[in-house]
Amino acid sequence: MASVAANPHGLPRARPLHPWPIRVMHWTNAVMMLVMIGSGWGIYNDDVIFSWLRFPDWLKLGHWAQDSLLWHFAAMWFLGVNGLFYLVYGVVTGRLRRRLLPIRLRDLVKTINETLHFHIDHSDLTKYNAVQKLLYVVVIFAGVMQVVSGLAIWKRVQFGWITELLGGFQAARVVHFLGMGVIVGFLVVHVLLAFLVPQTIWAMLAGGPKVRE
Amino acid sequence: MISRNRPATPPDPGILDNHRPLVDAVERRMVLRGGLSLGLLTLLTGCEPESNASVRAALLAMSRFNDRFQEALFDVNKLAPTYRPDQVLKPPRFNAYYDITQVQPVDGATWRLEVGGKVADKTPWTVERMAKLPQTDMIIRHVCVEGWDYIGEWAGVRLGTFLKAIGADTRARYIGFKCADNYHESIDMPTALHPQTLLATRYAGETIADPYGFPLRLRTSTKLGFKNPKWITAIEVTDVYPGGYFPDQGFNWFSGM
Repeated sequence: MASVAANPHGLPRARPLHPWPIRVMHWTNAVMMLVMIGSGWGIYNDDVIFSWLRFPDWLKLGHWAQDSLLWHFAAMWFLGVNGLFYLVYGVVTGRLRRRLLPIRLRDLVKTINETLHFHIDHSDLTKYNAVQKLLYVVVIFAGVMQVVSGLAIWKRVQFGWITELLGGFQAARVVHFLGMGVIVGFLVVHVLLAFLVPQTIWAMLAGGPKVRE
Repeated sequence: MISRNRPATPPDPGILDNHRPLVDAVERRMVLRGGLSLGLLTLLTGCEPESNASVRAALLAMSRFNDRFQEALFDVNKLAPTYRPDQVLKPPRFNAYYDITQVQPVDGATWRLEVGGKVADKTPWTVERMAKLPQTDMIIRHVCVEGWDYIGEWAGVRLGTFLKAIGADTRARYIGFKCADNYHESIDMPTALHPQTLLATRYAGETIADPYGFPLRLRTSTKLGFKNPKWITAIEVTDVYPGGYFPDQGFNWFSGM
């Protein structure tokens, strides 16, 4: 076989930690996610779910509600298609399984313990610790739930069964809001940690260290 | 090996000293950090990039794409959920582009419904003549684009039945509505023919009250609230896109549910 002949050591070819499709999808996701969050806050403000919560004007995307809606319903296609590509790519190449699984309770406790004692190890970017893995799985799940709850709100007749499953139209709005909360929470931690370990940002731009797997 | 780009005689290092403060000021990290902050700021600080003409054109093009997507998704046989009479809100919630105190009631005695466009019979309709058409009742949820909703009981003639009565060409693309309060709206033909699309004249068993669209309003179970014009005075069957009061301002035209 050609590949074996070209690689006499029988090792898989060395690839960057983040191959170019991952980098393109990551930054597409980053921009579109910010558009979705900012415009979502504009839409939310038009009829608030919690009377005590109204997002300040300087945080929302879109001057009027219709502008926020235009942003939201344009960006959703790019975010959704990008997310679908990411999941298909992750499953087909085995990346999702390799990077994010398994998550063991024992490892979670260990990582939390290390973090609390400031002993967290950043020397190897190619290995995700258990907390990292869990956060990535949670945010991917939250992203999928945003698509589901978004459909339940947008298409409560054509996809009425989803709306019913979530407990009705207003319940779907609350689920969509909570999903946003999970993603924004992730975003804050994710960006904060990325700036604390800046080589991770460089890796997501240039590809990072080479890995054989 | 010496680079071919290197000058034959090296520059005097003294020129660096002359510009030392300037060189110090240009710290790469600062530029990088500043650039990142600026990028994040433009995304986050309540900006209105949609006021840029080409950005707005792209957003509106996406909205047209969403119209087509929703038209393809629309199933004329799929019914919206219906509810029990004890869930009906009385009176219904008022909504218009102005306050309820500014409603100008329509006189039912002099009211006429004009019909035009691709129809066989353009005779105007009176309240009495409308009442003679077969009546349908439905208890459906009104969902506003803002996010609030309520359950209402509406009765009147199915728009599909009415279109048949006036000999409308149902191959036409749009039904346009004009209203006494200068509101206007339009819907697609498949939605017009949906069994839960009514020209409503009654709410919760009584004639619709003035603030809610007396004597005639549209109620469709498959579209957002603003797609349901009140105080209708004219209906046109047409292939020319009629737009709508809110869609003309950037709200999605199809706005199906």
